Amino acid sequence: MIEPSAVAATSEPVWVRRIVIAIAVGFVGLFVVVPLAAVFGEALRNGLAAYGNAIVDPIALAAIKLTFLAAGVAVPLNVVFGIAASWAIARFRFAGRSVLITVIDLPLAVSPVIAGMLFILLFGKHGLVGPWVADHGIKIVFALPGIVLATIFVTFPFVARELIPLMESQGAEEEEAAIVLGASGWQTFVRVTLPKIKWGLLYGVVLCTARAMGEFGAVSVVSGHIRGRTNTLPLHVEILYNEYEYQAAFAVASLLAILALVSLVARRVIARRVESP
Amino acid sequence: MRRRSALPGFGLTMGYTLVYLALIVLIPLATLVLKTAELSPAALWELATSRRAMASYRVTFGASFVAAIINVVFGTLLAWTLVRYKFTGRGVLDAIVDIPFALPTAVSGLALTAVLAPNGWIGRFLTPLGIAAVFTPLGITLALTFIGLPFVVRTVQPVLEELEPEVEEAAAVLGATRRQTLTRVILPTLTPALLTGFALAFARAIGEYGSVVFISGNKQYETEITPLLIMTRLEQFDYAGATALGLVMLVVSFAMLLAINGLGAWSRRRAGHA
Repeated sequence: MIEPSAVAATSEPVWVRRIVIAIAVGFVGLFVVVPLAAVFGEALRNGLAAYGNAIVDPIALAAIKLTFLAAGVAVPLNVVFGIAASWAIARFRFAGRSVLITVIDLPLAVSPVIAGMLFILLFGKHGLVGPWVADHGIKIVFALPGIVLATIFVTFPFVARELIPLMESQGAEEEEAAIVLGASGWQTFVRVTLPKIKWGLLYGVVLCTARAMGEFGAVSVVSGHIRGRTNTLPLHVEILYNEYEYQAAFAVASLLAILALVSLVARRVIARRVESP
Repeated sequence: MRRRSALPGFGLTMGYTLVYLALIVLIPLATLVLKTAELSPAALWELATSRRAMASYRVTFGASFVAAIINVVFGTLLAWTLVRYKFTGRGVLDAIVDIPFALPTAVSGLALTAVLAPNGWIGRFLTPLGIAAVFTPLGITLALTFIGLPFVVRTVQPVLEELEPEVEEAAAVLGATRRQTLTRVILPTLTPALLTGFALAFARAIGEYGSVVFISGNKQYETEITPLLIMTRLEQFDYAGATALGLVMLVVSFAMLLAINGLGAWSRRRAGHA
């Protein structure tokens, strides 16, 4: 037990504490919980059947498929990059190392709309290599490759950002021991490094996947909004909303919200494993 | 070039890292610079400072600034509550703070528009007070506050956790009142984290698009944010106009990134001395 006077001097009176807690809970409740609840409320306003119809609609299903496809290509590519970059950065010292770390973070500082615009400027009709690409019969902008590129760009640093500090804190002694004992570089990575970083890697993958599936601005610029062909789930939400199909828009949005909540829970569970493997 | 380490694979992983980085990030960014170079400085200046562009900067930077300030106040209060007070539901509250970060921006925009609309769950209480949130700068500010909230909380929280209780006890023993301890001992230690949180929330807000377009109504000169104006220019195939605006935004974003990195270094030094 601490003396009452000490408590008074290093903490606040009970009534102050209660007010502060009430403000904190009220702010988050009003600002975060109510809007989130409204998504589900609006989605179910016309009953479960209407909710189901909005989701099994062929165009919605096509959007779901495209969203998974884009994430399915973007996430593995960023995982390979994240592992390569963290191996090079966390296991070696070289000139320009901190500059490289900053450059890897650049996509996080770029507005999603500008990220999408970069690929239009590069591959669009009047883009830098656009005419050349078109002459070779390749469609990038307003097609799947553009959507994938934009998704890769906005989720670019997520895996690397998780792995670089993790591998730095773990040190290289075990890998060095494996090499000295005769293991090949690949064996060392698979048997020594991978088990050490697997939870951190998984955390990065969840973060990367959630963002890849939810990306709106960047994908919106390069998609061209062709219904059933280049519409991802977030874009489908916007189209439904603009066509006053509110209930359907909220139904599709609720799918994305569920996805986000699942990723949030997964991240919390994994984060505990990263801290105590 | 490299030192240390008996480990193999530097050439391979570094080579792959640089090639992938160039293809996905550096070449596209360089394209923007090249496209800007096609314009004469006068033309670039005119495009970047047109009346509509200036109005969009005012909306974007103004709303982002106010939102980041709101986040500093309530984010700090939330971080303090989460670190210092024990109460039922603290874990849940802590988890909820991450929702704005996890929710796709289009969903956030739709959700906020729904609750703030005149017949919405919150909007119906604002309408009698004469407050309109949807299709106004207020709505934009609220959307940007929503998406920026986790940044301040998650920046301030670890600093508060690391704060040694001995320092506060020493202040108390030496005769400081609680208010003096808060303003003269705790607040100075938090300053770098508060500034970093502000900068992160502001940087995120200026580029934000998805959560704003639903609620802003996109009225020219009034509620048109710069990312939306860029989008409009692109849809009209006005690439020069879009590029000029993009360059302005990019320069501001990178300046913010440098500021945030600088603040991080300051924060670490401050923590080391505390």
